[in-house]
Amino acid sequence: MKDQMIRGADIVVRSLIAEQAEVIFGYPGGAIMPVYDALHDYHDQLRHVLTRHEQGAIHAAQGYARVSGKVGVCLATSGPGATNLITGMADAQIDSTPLVCITGQVAAHLLGTDAFQETDMIGISMPCSKWNIQVRSVEEIAPAIAKAFYIARSGRPGPVLIDITKNAQVDFGEFNYVPCLGFRSYKTHNPIETSAIAKAADLINSAERPYVLFGQGVVLGKAEAELKFFLDKSGIPAACTLLGSGALPQDHPNYVGKLGMHGNYAPNLLTNKCDVLIAVGMRFDDRVTGDLKRYAKQARIVHLELDPAEVNKTVKCEVAVLGDCRESLAMLTAAVDAKKHDTWMKRFRDLEEEETAAVMQHDLTPTKDGLTMGEVINIVNQYKADDAVLVTDVGQHQMIAWRYFNYKKTRTQVTSGGLGTMGFALPAALGAQLHDYSRQVICVVGDGGIQMTIQELGTIMQTKAPVKIVLLNNNYLGMVRQWQQMFFDKRYSFTELDNPDFVKIAEAYNIKAQKVTERGDLREAVEDMLIHDGPFFLEVVVEKEDNVFPMIATGCSVEEVRLS
Amino acid sequence: MKRYTIFVITENFIGILNRITIIFTRRGININALTASESRLEGIHRITIEVTATEETVIQLVNQIEKIIDVIKAFYHEDEGVVYQELALYKIPVSKLDGGLEKIIRQHGARIISAEPEFVVLELTGHKVQTQELLEILKEYGLLEFARSGRVAVAKRMLTIDSFVK
Repeated sequence: MKDQMIRGADIVVRSLIAEQAEVIFGYPGGAIMPVYDALHDYHDQLRHVLTRHEQGAIHAAQGYARVSGKVGVCLATSGPGATNLITGMADAQIDSTPLVCITGQVAAHLLGTDAFQETDMIGISMPCSKWNIQVRSVEEIAPAIAKAFYIARSGRPGPVLIDITKNAQVDFGEFNYVPCLGFRSYKTHNPIETSAIAKAADLINSAERPYVLFGQGVVLGKAEAELKFFLDKSGIPAACTLLGSGALPQDHPNYVGKLGMHGNYAPNLLTNKCDVLIAVGMRFDDRVTGDLKRYAKQARIVHLELDPAEVNKTVKCEVAVLGDCRESLAMLTAAVDAKKHDTWMKRFRDLEEEETAAVMQHDLTPTKDGLTMGEVINIVNQYKADDAVLVTDVGQHQMIAWRYFNYKKTRTQVTSGGLGTMGFALPAALGAQLHDYSRQVICVVGDGGIQMTIQELGTIMQTKAPVKIVLLNNNYLGMVRQWQQMFFDKRYSFTELDNPDFVKIAEAYNIKAQKVTERGDLREAVEDMLIHDGPFFLEVVVEKEDNVFPMIATGCSVEEVRLS
Repeated sequence: MKRYTIFVITENFIGILNRITIIFTRRGININALTASESRLEGIHRITIEVTATEETVIQLVNQIEKIIDVIKAFYHEDEGVVYQELALYKIPVSKLDGGLEKIIRQHGARIISAEPEFVVLELTGHKVQTQELLEILKEYGLLEFARSGRVAVAKRMLTIDSFVK
């Protein structure tokens, strides 16, 4: 009997392999050491990547999950190792990223005694996890991991945490992996009501100025083709949220741009001019809606949504189509009339011209000396691969890169949307790259954010992940500075940075690096970076006090979107 | 704002109560009273939460509670939709027992459930107004200790939890 028994730590690793995990990210320590010992035996079946900080591990797992559509896995020890995962869990929770986080915990008999590196991880992770469980005996390990993977990836995805006590890792038990296929308290999604589809189709068919807003739900629901067919037939203009970018190729004739605080002019302004608003897999985030009291009040609203708790949460809808948008979009496509909305579409195009003249010309083809973030992205667009992944951090560079990056394929947008986590980009880009070494992964980051997780250059060095890092350096915490300029009388309180020599830092990590300060050198540098075989660090010194426009200031309505 | 009773049917899982109360804490909503116990079905727990809020808020709370993985079902009722009771215990020193107190006990339908050499324990079940009324009176009788439960309630609607537990 004993010879059929394996250690709990081996059960952990073999369960991960059974769930088809390929790459996991982590950092060892006392309470997780048995699992690390087990990992040593499974090199050929499961790749573990040692990051330089647990926050790096979880952001890498997020990047991996976002580009692959698979569950990201990270591993950490108890106490500080585990608490370092929390920011990433909160980020994954708000951005619906499927993650399984495994943390070591002190032995069961020590729980609650303030033992060395003991933290109440179940308590701490509760508000920022979809589900969590503490495993205190070896028999519970495999069922907990099976349930965790099922919960993380099904329904509206999210992060789950498994806290495994050390005794469970070292005790022996039988290994018989049974994948989880569901359980009674958890309904992944509602079946679609045909009556809701009929009502939605009636509204859409009678609309003169219908308007589609789509979000990440389309990507998570693998409904990109269904969205495209729906738009092809219905002729309705469509705009995307930050995380919805890429779900529809930007050259699609119905695509009209991006929504939100720094989105495009027409999509925001015309939100208050449409007569029927069709929201698909998006949750009316406050950065999208602006002032709710003045948001789309004239419109009759249809909401296609998986998560019942998102319906009528901030914006009340007339027709809620609960369920998987892949199914509901297909049903809706069958039920709507084939139409064109040329006059209505023209209003978007006219306003787009206004935005081009007022904002884009300055951003993309500046006449002043200083380089703009926009022109860097513009040149990246000219050389990047169609399926290149854009990973961004948080701030001005994030908004500019999002505005100007030419999204052609799904799952090419990796950014911290809901939580706005500075320090996200570098490790997330690493994770995205490790899913597929052959895919172009471009990490655009600011001088503030990169310094929050700059240690992950070490992981890039060690894994030889060929990430292309574009640092847009304005020596400021640019977005905060922009707000200080606009709303705090230009009182630049603690936003200017004395920065290190970034190129030297990158070179110290054995990463090829270049710094560009002149417009004339930019094109060649970008080209060199993108053809370089291996990681590349490109620092571009940009205009110090440039601002991101259009902008909907806090408390303003979408129709008060400003061009300057 | 109105008073609502929220019923939550859950798996018997460690931490579930915590997950539920977090939803109230986040929104800064006070829970008036809460009771939790095993239901008539083995392994299924029933939590009753009394809250004062707008119906819109209560709907969102219920939606978010139901989203918790180990919650089987959550629903809410106004006071008119439920039959509910609370239980109160009053500890009174024996020295204060006299004819007047006996009359009060009878009038309120309370009963003595324990008599010790130094004190007696009275019990009253009813709505909060009733247990509160007796409390005010007994303060004059040297009340030593008072404890009151949260609301336990059943819905008037003819729907059983079995339909949710499959």
